[in-house]
Amino acid sequence: MQRIGVFVCWCGSNIAATVDVEAVSQALAKEPGVVFSTNYQYMCSQTGQDMIQSKIHEYNLSAVVICSCSPRMHEATFRRTCEKAGLNPYMVEIANIREQCSWIHKDRAEATEKAVILGRAAIAKVQLNAPLTAGTSPVTKRALVIGGGIAGIQTALDIADAGFEVDIVEKEPTIGGKMTQIDKTFPTLDCAACILTPKMVDCAQNEKITIYAYSEVEAVSGFVGSFRVKIRRKARYVKEDVCTGCGLCTEKCPQKKVPNAFNLGLDTRRAIYIPFAQAVPKVATIDADYCTMLRTGKCGVCSKVCEAGAIDYKQKDEVIEREYGAIVAATGYNPISLAQFDEFAYSQSPDVVSSLEFERLMNAAGPTGGTLLRPSDGTHPKTIVFVQCVGSRCDGAEKGKPYCSKICCMYTAKHAMLCREKYPDTDVYVFYIDVRTPGKNFDEFYRRAVEEYGVHYIKGMVGKVVPENGKLKVRASDLLDGRQLHIDADMVVLAAAIEPDKSARPLATMLTASMDTNDFFTEAHPKLRPVESPTAGIFLSGACQGPKDIPETVAQAGAAASKVIGLLSKDQLTCNPCVAAPNEMMCNGCSSCEKVCPYGAITYVDKEFRGPNRTTLIRRVAQVNPAVCQGCGACTVACPSGAMDLKGFSNRQIMAEVDAICL
Amino acid sequence: MIDMMEQITRIAGVNPRKCMRCGKCSGACPAYDEMEYHPHQFVSMVENGRIDELMRSKGIYTCLSCFACVERCPRSVEPAKLIEAVRCAVERQQGMDRLRPEAVPGLLNPDLPQQAITSAFRKYRK
Repeated sequence: MQRIGVFVCWCGSNIAATVDVEAVSQALAKEPGVVFSTNYQYMCSQTGQDMIQSKIHEYNLSAVVICSCSPRMHEATFRRTCEKAGLNPYMVEIANIREQCSWIHKDRAEATEKAVILGRAAIAKVQLNAPLTAGTSPVTKRALVIGGGIAGIQTALDIADAGFEVDIVEKEPTIGGKMTQIDKTFPTLDCAACILTPKMVDCAQNEKITIYAYSEVEAVSGFVGSFRVKIRRKARYVKEDVCTGCGLCTEKCPQKKVPNAFNLGLDTRRAIYIPFAQAVPKVATIDADYCTMLRTGKCGVCSKVCEAGAIDYKQKDEVIEREYGAIVAATGYNPISLAQFDEFAYSQSPDVVSSLEFERLMNAAGPTGGTLLRPSDGTHPKTIVFVQCVGSRCDGAEKGKPYCSKICCMYTAKHAMLCREKYPDTDVYVFYIDVRTPGKNFDEFYRRAVEEYGVHYIKGMVGKVVPENGKLKVRASDLLDGRQLHIDADMVVLAAAIEPDKSARPLATMLTASMDTNDFFTEAHPKLRPVESPTAGIFLSGACQGPKDIPETVAQAGAAASKVIGLLSKDQLTCNPCVAAPNEMMCNGCSSCEKVCPYGAITYVDKEFRGPNRTTLIRRVAQVNPAVCQGCGACTVACPSGAMDLKGFSNRQIMAEVDAICL
Repeated sequence: MIDMMEQITRIAGVNPRKCMRCGKCSGACPAYDEMEYHPHQFVSMVENGRIDELMRSKGIYTCLSCFACVERCPRSVEPAKLIEAVRCAVERQQGMDRLRPEAVPGLLNPDLPQQAITSAFRKYRK
């Protein structure tokens, strides 16, 4: 029988307002094994912790039950407290009487009764607790950054700066991401390429950074400190180390009608291409979907003109395997498809464009060389209508996103301002629901668009756009003036909602990192651990965690890097001792546990056992690698013979808890 | 009046509190200039319990029920359904019978399905 101490926390009024803490500590004092029971205002405070330690000594306690907030909040705190007083940290149980009791009940009597029951269950469990010792595992001092946009680039640069090796995996032929397609950046209007490309070059030149461009993560195994990652290096059909990036092949290739993805299909490129002038690595890539040589075997022009002899039509995808201590997800975002918003005539008229397409139409390296021209007839638009919140803040699942995409208010103000500055004879309308400009110098920027540049900001929404005789008939509401507007526009620009990149969901499955319903990666704590995934060793950087602008992305990238550096600077990591362990005498070798294990922690071995009458027999039994096991418990449920058990959460302990609640 | 508001939202099956005042309904409405209260105002008036004014408004009969606002509403507030609910509420008022039992025999017509009379009677006799 354990000597148990019970400590009931008031959590200020968080618990005490709904739960009669005095009644709880008195009721629990009568439970078998309890030798001391008390309550206190803030158990996690220094005074509270000191009290726990002194009572451990005074009553010679062998186990402790704390009735307080969720174990996710303070289990580690109280384990440390008890460890300092000489108790094994795994002899501490937390009864969550805050999140699971006081916060969700209104009736005091009901809540108090439930708090007593939860405390009783924890006491029943701790009776069966055994001291556990955590092992250690080594740390591979190398990080992987998945995604080579501004988030990934900044994270990699910061990690490399601390002296650790970093690999960047980028699925496109070049790093740089969305920022390479942006013309100017708000609120200072500096050119995106001018501030981004030096960072891209830094990545390429940094000895600690390896860039795997045109590559994708294919499989991830292992755990924090020692992940094993398979990376598919897609065939470029160009030898990356031989190509000089001279670009001659991209001029001579006879296949000229390939939609240029970098300019969002607004112009065309060749089948062999370098996405843009400042690409890193500056290496040509053959688009296998369009290359005549790869499709029919007849052409070979690029190979003939290449002086370096870099073209290799026989190149195959290559899968490499690397080990990492930490992984950073920086998979970024994409604008949503506008096909389902037909009221804005996006698929009916080329003059209805998305905001990202508008960036390309304003950019000097874009399809129009930086002159704003209508895609339909190449004329200067005189009236431009911007529509905000297209697909953002939508209710209902069929179209749109429920969240605010955050960046659209600012970039639309930027677009409107740039239009008026470059082409003062243009009429610019912005239809808004709310203008959201929190951020340093952001509201001033928006006000400048209105006050100095004369952009017409109209509170209301466009209801319909009809292409007619080369014009776009826009019908919209002006809510403040109380009238319906009819505008003959030359161009309509839609501020499309942004969504996580499609590669994020399968990646999250590989990383066992959690996501929300919108496919944004979930952080370990929304306020206090914003750059860590709940899965140990996985960190989050940039828009894959939620919509954000460039300054925020760079800040988060640095934060993720500092967390990675903190992890990689350790030589050993303490493992979780609450892992699965089989009872070999009961294991029948059926492999059920091996099949359900999401971490690949279970293997089978043939082992010699002593049989009756001095015989030996060989049996196939399960073995758990405690360094890989994460203690999820799936195997204990799957095991048909009840041989698998989880340390710290054994079947007996869980049944004791259930009995304490139900009996 | 609060009861009336509840009745309207129950008939309509939509929640006017979901409205974020974007005005897309009024931007889409082809009958905008014909209505004294415009679709977005409609939603706000139902939410604020100004049902009496709506029930007296001629605008509820100018609504074409084209459902452009229902189709475009990003928040599933669906103004046309609220307008239809107000029309129903007008018809269902106590003591405002539009069809009296003694008028029914005169309306009977062998070409007309009897169900039409029955449902009209149910609808208008309160």
